[in-house]
Amino acid sequence: MATDEIRTLLEQAFPDGSVEVLDRTGGGDHFHVTVASAAFEGVSLVEQHRMVNRALAAPLGDGTIHELRITTKGTGTT
Amino acid sequence: MTLREQIQQVIDDEPVAIFMKGTPEQPACGNSLRALQALWKAGAPITAVDVLPDPRIRQELSGLTDWPTIPQVFVRGELIGGADITEELYASGELTRKLDESLGSDREQVVKTVAVAAAAA
Repeated sequence: MATDEIRTLLEQAFPDGSVEVLDRTGGGDHFHVTVASAAFEGVSLVEQHRMVNRALAAPLGDGTIHELRITTKGTGTT
Repeated sequence: MTLREQIQQVIDDEPVAIFMKGTPEQPACGNSLRALQALWKAGAPITAVDVLPDPRIRQELSGLTDWPTIPQVFVRGELIGGADITEELYASGELTRKLDESLGSDREQVVKTVAVAAAAA
């Protein structure tokens, strides 16, 4: 399932972090990912989202992910 | 002018630019609509570019910005993000603050659409 693939990719990219992947519609192609990681500390919001997009470049590129919502957090904030 | 140069010109010249699917009158995607609404509520003047007429627009744009998805929102030439960040910045008040700083608080809120196209049709 795409949800597991996305979670695995994010966990590999942010090994320290906590990762949530939500299949928003149940259709397996609209996702909301929430990633909390120390890697985001001191990094601009644009760059934080770039980091997540980079981790998911393969499923974004091949159409596995049709729509992606991203929430990023530092580990200090929550 | 190449397509990429035209895109860069819109980013550089327009106070607030959004590259979206569809137009402000007829958004073709929920994310484009979310970004648009956040900009509107923050009182932004909006210059919209529809990426749907030619897939190359999106390719060139993403090549320029290192940002894979649509919409993409720019304030005074700077990528502020896609729909999620634009909404987040609006909700925190930061978007309005940024617009006040870069465009002044008495800005006029005009919405327009501009087209970019590959040189050889």
